[in-house]
Amino acid sequence: MSGIAVRWRRWLWVAGAAALAAIALYWWTRAAPIAPLAAPPPAPSAAVLAAGARVVALGDCMVCHTAQGGAAYAGGLGLKTPFGTIYSTNITPDPETGIGRWSLPAFTRALREGASRDGHLLYPAFPYIHYTRMTDADIALAYGYLMTRTPVKVQQPENDLPLPLKMRPMLAFWNTLYLRPGPDAPPSATPAARGRYLVATLGHCASCHSGLNLIGGERQPPFQGGEVDGWNAPTLTRLAHGPNPWTQQELADYLRGGVALAHGAAKGPMRPVTERLASVPRADVEAIASYLMTIQAPAAATAPVAAQATPAGSQGADLFAAACAGCHAQSAPMMALSGRPALARSSDLTSASAANFVQTVLGGIPWDRGSPVYMPPFAATLTDAQIGALADYLRQDAGQPDWRDVPGTSATLRKELQP
Amino acid sequence: MTTRLNINGQQKTVAADAGTPLLYVLRNDLALNGAKFGCGLGQCGACTVIVDGAPVFSCVTPVGALAGRAVRTVESLGTAERPGRLQAAFIKHQAAQCGYCIAGMLMRAQALLERNPHPDEQEIRAYMEANLCRCGTHHRILAAIQEVARGGRQ
Repeated sequence: MSGIAVRWRRWLWVAGAAALAAIALYWWTRAAPIAPLAAPPPAPSAAVLAAGARVVALGDCMVCHTAQGGAAYAGGLGLKTPFGTIYSTNITPDPETGIGRWSLPAFTRALREGASRDGHLLYPAFPYIHYTRMTDADIALAYGYLMTRTPVKVQQPENDLPLPLKMRPMLAFWNTLYLRPGPDAPPSATPAARGRYLVATLGHCASCHSGLNLIGGERQPPFQGGEVDGWNAPTLTRLAHGPNPWTQQELADYLRGGVALAHGAAKGPMRPVTERLASVPRADVEAIASYLMTIQAPAAATAPVAAQATPAGSQGADLFAAACAGCHAQSAPMMALSGRPALARSSDLTSASAANFVQTVLGGIPWDRGSPVYMPPFAATLTDAQIGALADYLRQDAGQPDWRDVPGTSATLRKELQP
Repeated sequence: MTTRLNINGQQKTVAADAGTPLLYVLRNDLALNGAKFGCGLGQCGACTVIVDGAPVFSCVTPVGALAGRAVRTVESLGTAERPGRLQAAFIKHQAAQCGYCIAGMLMRAQALLERNPHPDEQEIRAYMEANLCRCGTHHRILAAIQEVARGGRQ
């Protein structure tokens, strides 16, 4: 027998054994169905509803469980993962298509163990590995709030996943690697401890800001930055470093208002997060910001970047003059009126990744949903090569090394844009 | 410095720096005064023209970005004597009040209809959102575009 055939046979054995182990594991750990509610739970008090709204906003439930233009919490948003598209579920209290027949224990189990009421395992796109740390009180508040939303009867599309991943028992194996169920000790009352709780549980910040490994587990150590929907989710442990360090105050402004004047505006997948955080008490975002300040890596010694003469006469300079300077030039009225710093200090331009700069140039920042900032889209105005020239010019102006292959990044991200 | 441009199917050479916004060249050098200066910041849409089939704000479009690309302005749609189909519909529905936004509205609508000849009302509303009318004739503008989208039927 040839070496290749032997190797193949060995692989088949390993794959077969792994599949059997996963199935055995599933039967061993599978969740039993929890009886449906016969009648809706009693309506919670106004105080419970208000507190529940705060928990649900901090948990960002609406961001994923609402499709574009769809009813709130009715699901149907396609989450594009490296494995395929997973459609969020309907978490309105509709008895047939939502969670209307879910008891509090069923809801709690979904958050703590990633299992649906009927016992089937949920995909980890639902961040139960973080929600599992929620306090019982917060889970009950979220339940009370969601069970009083307007019920919407809607069947969401089937997930678009390759066959092996459609077998949910496989998730039992994933859970043994990444799920440590159950809450931590209740957080102490200091802002940093409250912030740690919000970041690690409800905020599930690591889902985007840690990046994922090949099987969709969060990379360790956490918060080293990741990529989501073609956007760069920045490293959270170096916010206090670099040419334009963040302060706690700026972080809180950004999280709650969607814009930090000294750094830029929340865009892409972060924008809906800040829209939700806009409704929570200021103390909550202050707590998150104060915790984030405690996880900053020790500052590396960095040579101060010498301000460079702006390279005039380049293609990038010409493009900037006509396309950008009306708002972003130092002399532009918008800069003076709102006290904005130079574009060269914006977090997207000083980032090691070109993704957020390119995304912002291509798509702009839309007006919708009462954004505090606006930028027109340039996808139809500038070619990929021109966006590359603009990036070179601005990076030079910011005293940063050129990004690699910005035109290639632009060409890739352009394909993802809505037509 | 001169820049070569393809405007409404014709090659033009203009004495303009590559970093000049297209709108200035259209109005000041080429006497194509349909596109208007509204905000100069890409916010209102009065300056909208079509570049390679897509609507752009000409006030923030560098002429240096247009080498080898085709620009079309409202003047390409028709004349006062012989208005184009979309222009005729705008006249019929009296879509213009002060008229300042209309050239931009026409060009954005034209780009939509070339891409999708029969958009429904929602598609028209979503696509036209970038262009503003301070007089508030959006409903007449919408009716005019819808008439063309329906193939001229009421």
